[in-house]
Amino acid sequence: MADLGPIRFQPASDQSLLVSFGDEITPAANDGVRRLLLLLESDRVPAVVNLHPAYCSLLVRFDGLRIEHEELETILRSYVARMEEVPMPEPCKVEIPVCYGGEFGPDLDELAAMHGMASDDAVALHASATYTACFLGFVPGFAYLGGLPDSLATPRLRTPRRSVPVGSVGIAGNQTGVYPYSTAGGWRLIGRTPVAMFRPAEGHMSLIAIGDQVRFRPITVREFAKLSDTCS
Amino acid sequence: MLVIRVESPGLFTTVQDLGRPGFGPVGVSASGAADSVALRLGNRLVDNPEGAAALEMTLLGGALEFPEGARAAITGSDFGATLEGSAVPLWAAFDIRAGGTLLLGPTRSGARCYLCVHGAIAIEPFLGSASTHVLSGLGGFNGRPLRKGDVLPIGPATVITSRERSIPAELLARLTPRTILRVTDGPQSGWFSETSRNILYNSMYRVTEEANRMGLRLEGPAVPANSSSEMITEGVALGAIQMPASGQPIILFVEQQTTGGYPKIANVIAADMSSVGQLRPRDEVRFERVDFNTAMRLLVEQEELIRAAH
Repeated sequence: MADLGPIRFQPASDQSLLVSFGDEITPAANDGVRRLLLLLESDRVPAVVNLHPAYCSLLVRFDGLRIEHEELETILRSYVARMEEVPMPEPCKVEIPVCYGGEFGPDLDELAAMHGMASDDAVALHASATYTACFLGFVPGFAYLGGLPDSLATPRLRTPRRSVPVGSVGIAGNQTGVYPYSTAGGWRLIGRTPVAMFRPAEGHMSLIAIGDQVRFRPITVREFAKLSDTCS
Repeated sequence: MLVIRVESPGLFTTVQDLGRPGFGPVGVSASGAADSVALRLGNRLVDNPEGAAALEMTLLGGALEFPEGARAAITGSDFGATLEGSAVPLWAAFDIRAGGTLLLGPTRSGARCYLCVHGAIAIEPFLGSASTHVLSGLGGFNGRPLRKGDVLPIGPATVITSRERSIPAELLARLTPRTILRVTDGPQSGWFSETSRNILYNSMYRVTEEANRMGLRLEGPAVPANSSSEMITEGVALGAIQMPASGQPIILFVEQQTTGGYPKIANVIAADMSSVGQLRPRDEVRFERVDFNTAMRLLVEQEELIRAAH
């Protein structure tokens, strides 16, 4: 495990403590988040009621009638001290079929043009990379994927859409991801997948679990329709 | 088996209990009753475990028929409930005879009321809770608000310890929803100048129409952030007050997103979350800053009041 530098504990509310592994999105900081999360999931602190991981921080929510910030911080520091011993699970490889462009990816052409490339090249580039699921958040089953090729990094839309269709694949800054539900959103949409992201009946409850290695496979409109039938 | 037959669902009626904490790592927020104090006290009135599943009605109630009757209590805001043409008291247990229809109208006070029935709403829990998670369409009754014609089963009766039961008025007075919400500093309080923070703490904010179980958008004097720091998406707490670029606050609520990328200037204290659940569009709120020790003391005091209510 790489050196993380100082870990910061900060009350986020009267019933939560934010544990930060630095102020930059780095693999080492995200590794720290995943290790502490795994440790807290396997060796539970009774007064902790929920955990919200992110790129380089973990929000620990607790029952304020049972514990307070200082006491929890002491406990969490002892967990942090044990983090290196945590055996990290072998990441799963996940492939997500995506129909790029057209009505499924209304922002693809503009995004490609912003980078001076043809839409097909932007698709090929997006589908060539292997992404790491840094964490799941926002809504059920939304995996924040790191590892987007630099030449595809694009700022969010100036005005977010009020409703993004389910399964939309988007880019925001240097991250990419799939919308599991129809929500408002400012990511630039380049395609859509017909497969369900949140799967509460399955082991990890989500097609993509934290730490997974994810790739996108371009499919045709016809394949999209066929997969939609088998997935519904 | 006793049932509730929905003759008219009202504006937005869902099954709620105390929620499903513990699934933040897969992006699922806890959900649960918007006014957990009202839910807990209602359940206590009808001899249920305090986290039993009940109906949460929003702004406008509906008409509910009880073909085989039930023992019930309505808590939270006053929706002008009547049974057989007579007003039903709030915060008190009452019996509905077989074939009775409970009518609820538009709210006369806050945003939500709870109908608790002895035996609870008997539906299959999803991830350990009967709460409806509206965004994902999971949990509750088919994952959605109730519709006309829905039939909800009521669980088996257990022991009813007393027939006459109500919450003492002096206790209710101390649990009344607040419009001055107490808050503690948020993780990015330091991103806002003292002038900005003073705007938040010395102004009135109005609840907009965009107020639901996920969050409440407020409008009032803008609170500018003075930091040029780039916010990295991080986990967000229940009651977080997010400040987007517009400077108009958003309170994250029970069905919140689990992570977010806006700076959080403050956070509503746990003891005042039920008050947030009673805020209606156009209601006006203020914020009062307290320290963490005060927040903890207020939570303990509220818990003692709830426990004393029997």
